[in-house]
Amino acid sequence: MAPPRSFLWSKRIFLTLLTAFVLVPVYAMVSSSLKPLGDVSGKFRWLPSHLTIRPYIDIWSTIPLARYFVNSLTVAGAATVCSVVIAVFAAYAVSRYDFRGKRVFTVTVLSTQMFPGILFLLPLFLIYVNIGNATGIALFGSRGGLILTYLTFSLPFSIWMLIGYFDSVPRELDEAALVDGCGPLGALFRVVVPAAIPGIVAVAVYAFMTAWGEVLFASVMTNDNTRTLAVGLQGYSTLYNVYWNQIMAASLVVSLPVVAGFLLLQRYLVAGLTAGAVK
Amino acid sequence: MTTTAPAEAAVYKSPSGAAKRTPRHPGRIRRIGLPYLLLLPALLLELLVHLVPMVIGIVMSFKELTQFYIRDWGTAPWAGISNYKVSVDFDAPVGEALLHSFLVTVAFTLVSVGLCWLIGTAAAIFMQGTFRGRGLLRALFLVPYALPVYAAVITWVFMFQHDNGLVNHVLHDQLHLTDKPSFWLIGDNSFVALLTVSVWKGWPFAFLIVMAGLQNIPGELYEAAALDGAGMWQQLRRITLPSLRPVNQVLVLVLFLWTFNDFNTPYVLFGKSAPEAADLISVHIYQASFVTWNFGTGSAMSVLLLLFLLVVTGVYLLLTSRGRKTADV
Repeated sequence: MAPPRSFLWSKRIFLTLLTAFVLVPVYAMVSSSLKPLGDVSGKFRWLPSHLTIRPYIDIWSTIPLARYFVNSLTVAGAATVCSVVIAVFAAYAVSRYDFRGKRVFTVTVLSTQMFPGILFLLPLFLIYVNIGNATGIALFGSRGGLILTYLTFSLPFSIWMLIGYFDSVPRELDEAALVDGCGPLGALFRVVVPAAIPGIVAVAVYAFMTAWGEVLFASVMTNDNTRTLAVGLQGYSTLYNVYWNQIMAASLVVSLPVVAGFLLLQRYLVAGLTAGAVK
Repeated sequence: MTTTAPAEAAVYKSPSGAAKRTPRHPGRIRRIGLPYLLLLPALLLELLVHLVPMVIGIVMSFKELTQFYIRDWGTAPWAGISNYKVSVDFDAPVGEALLHSFLVTVAFTLVSVGLCWLIGTAAAIFMQGTFRGRGLLRALFLVPYALPVYAAVITWVFMFQHDNGLVNHVLHDQLHLTDKPSFWLIGDNSFVALLTVSVWKGWPFAFLIVMAGLQNIPGELYEAAALDGAGMWQQLRRITLPSLRPVNQVLVLVLFLWTFNDFNTPYVLFGKSAPEAADLISVHIYQASFVTWNFGTGSAMSVLLLLFLLVVTGVYLLLTSRGRKTADV
């Protein structure tokens, strides 16, 4: 049955307006990153006076962008890997076993999701400094401290989503593996994990994006050497000049890995959300 | 305490004989401990990064914690409930500012979550079925969500500039809607600016979740409704929206918590101190703690915020679960 005209027209108008809303900032970012400094310091213009890739060359020398990039990559990458592994174990336990304290665990972990970050910023800072003083392990100002912090940010949501996902993998499958002589971990890694790959990819994407985009803890807990992109990009505005074309170029370069990865894997994310969060 | 897994495995195994399982006594003991072992890393990390800091935060809120005591915060003198008194004394400057910031945050969150939900749901419904360019459009719609917050918000800062920004160029120079270029990042307009950025960045998440939820609605429902003569709009109202209810309950709660606690967007948009009209509570508390160096009051404000979120979430969960029960009957 064909939809009525009213529906078709609402759809066209709505989707067109929405596309414009989404695209204008993306266009501003891309076009400004290809403009000479004169163009971005003056009145906004839709088209560059002439195209230049100069900003893309200059961004690397105005600030140590490469170092920030590597820092962000290390921190977000490590946080993602750890967070996914830990979430897989926890979700498997909750999904497959009955044990005392199960409800308490899930409720506690989930409720940490609602903590305002500001509540534990200072205490965490103090804990890290104290651990550093007591054991010599430098957590404050180091990539390690940031990794530790970030991996817990995505943990509650990841565990929650994976529980749903693991629940949708038929129990008979891993029970058969148990019967065939696999240990519980064997059953997890040979049967449940492969069957739940879309959910795990979804969780990994989410964890990486969370770590890559975090600003508050990055600005308090890093120093010159460990600064991530979230804080580093502020370096393009100096007292005398704001290099908007370079800021836009750098923003684009910094966004590309996450946006490309996200768009490539978004099918998994939708599949993961269908089985996990949405039930 | 028994684990269900072995019990069900035994049922599954019964045709070929359960004899194999009985001698593995040590294995069973290990398995009872196994769930705890699997949870241990998650538990330790949650303790270190969330729960212990929260307890410390609560203790701090009862102390007179200024920058002089920060190196050795345990020695700071007790303040009793005075930090809380200061925070909720709405006639004095600190409390008045906190109340203002709280009200701004509530208004901002309600409007932002509402718009994100509305736009996301409409987009997901309109994107159902196949049409040319659907895949491309879907990918495009997800871009704002995928962009790192600071990259996206910096672009909006660029667009909101007073003299040279795109927004004023369009509204003033091209469409002549305003008498003179407006200020967007200071003054009353900053609320609108913040809202725009928040909705731009947030609606794709609603879109994503609702899209996932729509895939779970069985097609037969629509076919049956169509046979009964229900039009497109009626199907939308009678089938799609009710079926999305459980999805929406989770979605709205998650959006609410994220928006309410959002620090990144206002911080990148306005810096350390936001204009009064867009003074969100997380930045406000950050400022109270790290700019005016009063950590005790800052902690008390954080605890109050947490209590508020707990109550709201509790009431919400109670209401929605009751709603679900009556819907089922």
